[in-house]
Amino acid sequence: MSPRAAWRLETLGFGEVYDYIDGKVDWMAAGLPTEGTNAQHPRAGDIARKDVPTAGLQEKLGDVKARVEVQGWDAVVVVNDRRVVLGLLRAKELAGDPEQPIERAMRPGPSTFRPYVSLHEMLHFMVDHKLDSAPVTTSDGRLVGLLLQKDVAAEMEKK
Amino acid sequence: MPREIRREEVRKVVASGAQLVEVLPSPEYEEDHLPGAIHIPLRKIDSQGVELLDRKRAVIVYCWDTA
Repeated sequence: MSPRAAWRLETLGFGEVYDYIDGKVDWMAAGLPTEGTNAQHPRAGDIARKDVPTAGLQEKLGDVKARVEVQGWDAVVVVNDRRVVLGLLRAKELAGDPEQPIERAMRPGPSTFRPYVSLHEMLHFMVDHKLDSAPVTTSDGRLVGLLLQKDVAAEMEKK
Repeated sequence: MPREIRREEVRKVVASGAQLVEVLPSPEYEEDHLPGAIHIPLRKIDSQGVELLDRKRAVIVYCWDTA
């Protein structure tokens, strides 16, 4: 749709016309702000926990477990040096052999969600799929935070 | 010829004074639009484009995605 608008504007005499081809979905997937009626309601990216602990592939499971337990977490997002999500460790994985590297202990390729997804939609999905938590990422896979089902439910109850 | 740009360039061009235009139908614009974007649905681009936009300034148009 936007290419046609761009071309038409040019034929109408506009000299400098740009087409943001990736559009609104790309903007919102990056967690950037919007205006409008939906912008007043919190979405997945707004309440995802930004302080979720992360770990690298080569760390030892035992080291990571000790580190995150002190912080009160039972989930860890595995990322590379660009914060792209590679895996997830929940309580079950954290209870594994402490000597094994994270890349063997982790649950690889977890489902991720974009920051603009509504809380209503997230709660349904998380309940239906029995997910206590879910990573929220930008469209290029970078970690925004970890969304906890209990946080979503609490936010929905405020309404 | 209109030039395709990506997110980071959108921010730069807007910061330098470009007009940002969403061409989707009204309900979609009302729910969410980029900060500062004005609304000109594609079907009204001929009339409202001329009426609402300044030809001397850059214009960025966008819709939902690449489709």
